[in-house]
Amino acid sequence: MAKGVKPRVKVPKTAAAGDSITIKTLISHKMESGQRKDKEGNLIPRSIINRFTCDFNGENVIDVTLEPAISTNPFFEFEAKVPESGDFAFTWYDDDGSVYETSKSITVE
Amino acid sequence: MYNNKTVLGALGGLLMTAGLAIADPVDDTLILNEETELVTRTAAPAHMADVVDEVISGWHFRGVETRAMQADDFDNPGMIFVEQAEDVWNTADGSEGKSCSSCHEGSDSMKGVKAVYPKWNEGAGEVRTLEMQINDCRENRMGAEKWKYTGGSMQNMIALISSVSRGVPVNVAIDGPAQSTWEQGKELYYTRTGQLELSCANCHEDNYGNMIRADHLSQGQINGFPVYRLKNTKLNSVHARFKGCVRDTRAETYKPGSAEFTALELYVASRGNGLSVEGPSVRN
Amino acid sequence: MRLTRRHAMAIGASAVVVAGLPIRALAAGDDDITAFTGGADVGEGGITLTAPEIAENGNTVPIEVSAEGASEILVLATGNPVPAVATFKFGPLAASQAASTRIRLAKTQDVVAVAKMADGSFVKASASVKVTIGGCGG
Repeated sequence: MAKGVKPRVKVPKTAAAGDSITIKTLISHKMESGQRKDKEGNLIPRSIINRFTCDFNGENVIDVTLEPAISTNPFFEFEAKVPESGDFAFTWYDDDGSVYETSKSITVE
Repeated sequence: MYNNKTVLGALGGLLMTAGLAIADPVDDTLILNEETELVTRTAAPAHMADVVDEVISGWHFRGVETRAMQADDFDNPGMIFVEQAEDVWNTADGSEGKSCSSCHEGSDSMKGVKAVYPKWNEGAGEVRTLEMQINDCRENRMGAEKWKYTGGSMQNMIALISSVSRGVPVNVAIDGPAQSTWEQGKELYYTRTGQLELSCANCHEDNYGNMIRADHLSQGQINGFPVYRLKNTKLNSVHARFKGCVRDTRAETYKPGSAEFTALELYVASRGNGLSVEGPSVRN
Repeated sequence: MRLTRRHAMAIGASAVVVAGLPIRALAAGDDDITAFTGGADVGEGGITLTAPEIAENGNTVPIEVSAEGASEILVLATGNPVPAVATFKFGPLAASQAASTRIRLAKTQDVVAVAKMADGSFVKASASVKVTIGGCGG
């Protein structure tokens, strides 16, 4: 697991049924592009988060393929529909095989 | 024909003359998380009355996207490091089995602290930066290893301590026992260094608002430190910024944590007395 | 070294090769689009790509893509060493087919977004972003 990786997500705690809500996500990650060289001139190997998904109660909201051109500490903002109360599941997939997960509950009133 | 290009070239293309000013500070208001309005421009403190009328945060010199990124704690990537430091705040380290919270309780107890640093320490008989004070705690209270002055652990902690003071006006003391250090810092501020023979004032007092190549020169205020820079995507310390500036005048620089940079930090901080603490801010 | 006509020719020839490189890089971006569309025609309209006209630093450039009714949006930075940036696939619970992120741009260039619409057609939008170099390099 890459060092110091920490996911953050911002989801409202409540919504009305059928509302569209804004979600923001940020994960601390170097996103080493594979294009940079170290002081000795050797290429630093690529090490990035290559995929991010957001699901709600098992149904997909967004599924993103990330390339090395995504900035350090990848940030996403998007909108989701919430038909009922439940849980958002957020998953980031690292090149090194690590998977970082977090979830947020939302109550539909 | 009088050749403008040659004249500009002779200046190293570095500083445009005041007559070519094309980009004033942006007229905008920094409202943090849609609730806290920060003071980003205000009347200059008394000691600067004969040089500028108004002191202006570097926030006003940045583009619309960069300004927006700082206005929301979720959008501000610097806040990742604040969260990391919050974990460290509550984690015991060193031979005494203490964490920051063992003595200071919650990190919010630090509200106001960043605004008054650097500050005279009576026991030590010197002006101290917040970094020096943190390392004093680590060594002498916690029995822990000192942190590297400009390193990640240190700047994350500075960002946490700064973040709880956002909105508090900078108010460093420049008189009493701190006065001689402040005067030393002022001397450094106006001393030209390096092959380019530039002082801090040449850029940040005489030419703020002008373009230095494609970059918009600010007043060089430090109320937003530590700064998350888009360029290197990490938190940058005040002394690392000083070092970068002095290096860019093509001079040998002082070291981060040195007496010289501590004095300069006190003086530069005092030039922003009255501006809100902003750190961690976002800059290019 | 004495500069002979032969040397001059050789220098001229290498200059042509260098000048040829950006064209090859553009073709690489086109390859990504072809892989995405399967060679189908790409239209205009119905897709928005928002990016700053001038980026203060190429390392962190905020962009937003939006194409109502799209199933996928591909984002490319045509002037980067590797043009691919990201592909957004929208699921049944996406409230809009729109997303924002922050990207790296190696230099001033066009950013391109291609959307695959629900009916299988493709549309494209592009935005020119000037990447500035700071005054002090520090």
